[in-house]
Amino acid sequence: MTDLSKDTPDPARPEAIKAVPVRHPGRWVAVVVIAVLAAMFVNMLVTNENFKWSFIVDNAFRPNIVEGVWTTIALTVLAMVIGVLFGIVLAVMRLSDNPILSGVAWLYTWFFRAVPRLVLAILFGNMGILYAKYHIGGVPFAGPLGDLMGVDIDGTLFTVDARTLLSGFMAGLLALALSEAAYMAEIVRAGILSVDPGQEEAAGALGMSRALTLRRIILPQAMRVIIPPTGNETIAMLKDTSLVAFVPVTNELFFQLQAVGSRTFNVFPMLVAACMWYLILTSFLLAGQFFIERHFARGAGEQPRDKRTALRALGFGSGGGAAGGGGGA
Amino acid sequence: MSTADETGGLMVRAEAVHKSFGRLEVLRGIDLEVKSGEVMCVVGPSGSGKSTFLRCINHLEKIDAGRLWVNGHLVGYRESGGRLYELRDREVAAQRRDIGMVFQRFNLFPHMTALENIMEAPYRVKRQPKAEVRSRSLALLERVGLSDKAGSYPAQLSGGQQQRVAIARALAMEPALMLFDEPTSALDPELVGEVLEVMKQLALDGMTMVVVTHEMGFAREVGDSLVFMDGGVVVEQGTPGDVLTEPRHPRTRDFLSKVL
Ligand SMILES: Nc1ncnc2c1ncn2[C@@H]1O[C@H](COP(=O)(O)OP(=O)(O)OP(=O)(O)O)[C@@H](O)[C@H]1O
Ligand SMILES: [Mg+2]
Repeated sequence: MTDLSKDTPDPARPEAIKAVPVRHPGRWVAVVVIAVLAAMFVNMLVTNENFKWSFIVDNAFRPNIVEGVWTTIALTVLAMVIGVLFGIVLAVMRLSDNPILSGVAWLYTWFFRAVPRLVLAILFGNMGILYAKYHIGGVPFAGPLGDLMGVDIDGTLFTVDARTLLSGFMAGLLALALSEAAYMAEIVRAGILSVDPGQEEAAGALGMSRALTLRRIILPQAMRVIIPPTGNETIAMLKDTSLVAFVPVTNELFFQLQAVGSRTFNVFPMLVAACMWYLILTSFLLAGQFFIERHFARGAGEQPRDKRTALRALGFGSGGGAAGGGGGA
Repeated sequence: MSTADETGGLMVRAEAVHKSFGRLEVLRGIDLEVKSGEVMCVVGPSGSGKSTFLRCINHLEKIDAGRLWVNGHLVGYRESGGRLYELRDREVAAQRRDIGMVFQRFNLFPHMTALENIMEAPYRVKRQPKAEVRSRSLALLERVGLSDKAGSYPAQLSGGQQQRVAIARALAMEPALMLFDEPTSALDPELVGEVLEVMKQLALDGMTMVVVTHEMGFAREVGDSLVFMDGGVVVEQGTPGDVLTEPRHPRTRDFLSKVL
């Protein structure tokens, strides 16, 4: 192929610059050092027999552990869904003109952010002590009413033993979801405050109600600020599900892995298996976050199209993912 | 909707309207009448309360004293047995449906395309059938000369185009009155003309308009009346020709000598 710039010189365009690029010897030293360390690490993984890789492979996918994975996923998803929805309610209450609503929301966030999740989990697990029985769907004056009509009405549609309702999965889920709502409330509030007040005015001037404005105009725009820290929260939640072992919820992933480990005297390999499971699950969450962020970037001009921004959206390198660390201020 | 008989042909009637922000009294007794089909231009120095008055007309601000009627209805209140009752949020929203507003900074919804911006309120608020809203919105886009921009997001449009979409968005609610708050002030000079042209067409179609503007050429050509505000009161009012060429009040003269 001929070099066009030489054969047909363009009078207006000077010759392309051919300069010696800056050398980065330091980078090459760093690469060598890292390569050596990595090789040592891999060597240790392979040769140290305490890892017992075949044991990990044989046991990390046992039915009870797969069940534990599903429990962990279910807890994460449900706790986050409840947490986000309740968090939005709390954020709106907090921003309301009504001092009682905003005071209640403040009090709630104060309490649930102050108490550690581990303590909450144990607390909710023992809540059954407070009430022997819950009556759901109770009809007041059912007794006299029943007498009047000549039938015997129990007054309750169904009665649940408190220890059944508030133990195990439900207690763990409540502890996680209620605590999450407190953090999400702060994240959502920051998101709502980030939206230009002119947007609310424009919607109001069009005759849109407050609720419609919030749902259609404010929240979708707030999402761009809300999603990155919510991704962090979801990942933190995935890991915090291991706390429900203290409720106790025994069919949860980490509990199951540890049980296998201690039963077979292979504690360390099962801890490695736990790391692997959490890495896999977190990777799926990161991928999900990427697509959700792209959806809510609509109209913002900056669509993550190329690979660099895609990687950044996945949490690699600097960028959104790290913002709002422990749940905003 | 009230008939012209009930309202005496008046779209807006303001009587001694007062408004304060804390201790700052911004409107100090505004008396004004805008007839149906009239185009009223409002001029005045910065801080004279023009935007505030406009925002009072559709109850984005609550007035402290006086009375304000739009289309025969008291704005923001219901009068019954000699007492005023504040309207609920829902009732205020219903009142605003008949009043379109165009902002200096456009305030388009950035997460929606031009077409979605226009369709949002008629579809969600008036609950009109989607297909009907869609074809009417496309017609509005054509009316403001932006048929080819239906699928564009606001960030992909120039300022002039955004403002024309904003006008179409307000028109989609079929308002009886349009309020413009310095609609061309945020625009590059070469984009001002296209927005003014759309507004001029709207005026020719008979829309009642209150326009806060610094475009004296527009006021002279399109306006039926011109109001000069200063210090929260109406200082002078008349036909644009009279006020612009023979201002009676020294403050009007002073202001016009600076802007003309
Ligand atoms: N929400 C508010 N809170 C406090 N003060 C306000 C508020 N809105 C307006 N003001 C004050 O009221 C006065 C009048 O404001 P307004 O925006 O009505 O003036 P304007 O005539 O529109 O001026 P401009 O030509 O600069 O737009 C100004 O001094 C302004 O600072
Ligand atoms: Mg103004």
